[in-house]
Amino acid sequence: MAGVPDALAVEDLRKRYGANEALKGVDLTVGEGELVGLLGPNGAGKSTLVKIACGLVQQTSGSAAVAGAPAGSLPANRSLGYLAELFRFPDWLAADELLQLHQKLVESRGGAAERRELLELVGLGEVPDRRVGQMSKGMQQRLGIAQAMLGEPKLLMLDEPTSALDPAGRRTVRELLETLRSRGVAVLLNSHLLSEVELVCDRVVMIARGEVVAAGAPEELSRAGGVEVTTGRGVRHFAQATREELPRIVRELVAEGEDVYEIRVLRSSLEDVYLELVGGR
Amino acid sequence: MRGAGIVAGVALRESVRRRVFVVVALLTVAFLGLYGLGVWRVSREVTEFGDFQSGVDGDVVAGATLLGLSMFATLFLGAILAVFLTLNAVRGDAERGLLQPLIVRPLGRGTFLLGRFAATAGVCVTYTVFVFLASVVITNLFIDWWPDRLFVPAFQMAVAVAVLAALALGGSVLLSSTANGIAIFMLFGAGLTAGLLGQIGEALSSETLQDVSQVTSWILPFEAHYQNALSQITADTFGFSRFAIDLGPFGGAQEFGWFLWPFTALYLGAIAFGALAAFRRRDL
Repeated sequence: MAGVPDALAVEDLRKRYGANEALKGVDLTVGEGELVGLLGPNGAGKSTLVKIACGLVQQTSGSAAVAGAPAGSLPANRSLGYLAELFRFPDWLAADELLQLHQKLVESRGGAAERRELLELVGLGEVPDRRVGQMSKGMQQRLGIAQAMLGEPKLLMLDEPTSALDPAGRRTVRELLETLRSRGVAVLLNSHLLSEVELVCDRVVMIARGEVVAAGAPEELSRAGGVEVTTGRGVRHFAQATREELPRIVRELVAEGEDVYEIRVLRSSLEDVYLELVGGR
Repeated sequence: MRGAGIVAGVALRESVRRRVFVVVALLTVAFLGLYGLGVWRVSREVTEFGDFQSGVDGDVVAGATLLGLSMFATLFLGAILAVFLTLNAVRGDAERGLLQPLIVRPLGRGTFLLGRFAATAGVCVTYTVFVFLASVVITNLFIDWWPDRLFVPAFQMAVAVAVLAALALGGSVLLSSTANGIAIFMLFGAGLTAGLLGQIGEALSSETLQDVSQVTSWILPFEAHYQNALSQITADTFGFSRFAIDLGPFGGAQEFGWFLWPFTALYLGAIAFGALAAFRRRDL
């Protein structure tokens, strides 16, 4: 795909708020159609990074580009959809009116069909005339996701998009993200829910204290954790063993007169890796 | 310009949905009703007043003074509208999370400010001109007097509230909602005080007071336009009637000449430049 700019390209990005350095030279790319999860503890700099990419915050140094255009420029803003962590929509607008307003701002030609489709996608198809002020926080969050998807953006930046959603709502968003990936939309998902990130993201970037501490596919980041065998005498753990060593381990146990009932290959979860890298606090 | 139109449209729709205009319309009807009552009561005294003061036209003095009072109230109401329509336009809305979803759109921060200014100035200017003209008509219904100029003072009142709207919008970039509201009303009060000082200075022939008034009115040109508007309603009135008007609370208004117009344009440009520069630097 030479010549096609990354949906998001961040290089040596730094941001200083007075004496506090929120970002200390972050490098990050989100390719076309890629779903990248951004993980990190509170205050790690995730929201600052997303806000710089959206043009809401000015970086101290470094560069951020959206679809090849400098972050914050009109071409960059034309290519992205954004849902902030802390957002509010005018409470006097109905769901459909809000989408109509944002359609005008992004110059979308989708019309009523696009609004209807997006409201259906986020599970608000039945309430297009309900005012924002009469919606629960979860419904507003789903409306926010629909709003971010207007005009078919190349990059979608979602900052804690499921924080107010119930499990069913989270599942809806997961399915939505998978739909977006199939349509070639790049997504940067900033979330505290590691299991969610692990389930849907192609790649994960972990940030701590303003720096990238780990990056890669979820299965690359999670490591082998040994083998656990349940025998007639109890559970035995082989910490250094790998999948390839299973036949030998079973043979040896049987030779020792053990009855083998269950074998499990253990892997450290993304959560274990996360806690190891950013600290357990 | 398209984006500015969308932003202005949203601001106006919000005012309609929140029934701002209904409240304003009801209070304005109440104000004009009270003003009409006052003019009617005064009109009954005017004949007697004219008989006792040889060479003074009672209708002119009463009409000009009452309309001056109405212009003061109109400017105040226009200022309230300007402040309340803009006081949280930038920082207040950003703190509540309302601004960010709009700013990330391909809109531009300058376009956003332009849209908000267009909506506020449009409402305030229309309102001020309407209340001024209604006051003129009400005055004439009971007192046989028309102001010497009609459209020039209406326009100057409109420019005065537009300047106030620009100051309030500019203030909303730097200050929180409450601080901005207080700041703009204090500036408004300072301007009116300067005007009063100028009139006192003229009555006492104090150059110092008049200089203080002049300088303050240039710093806060909404006051200069208001003073100009006041002087324009009796621009062709001379003799004892002029003298009697000058002794009143709204007489003796200073004129600021043609340079006030380019100065106001530069002043608005400076506010726009400063507000945009501050807005562009502001992290949301």
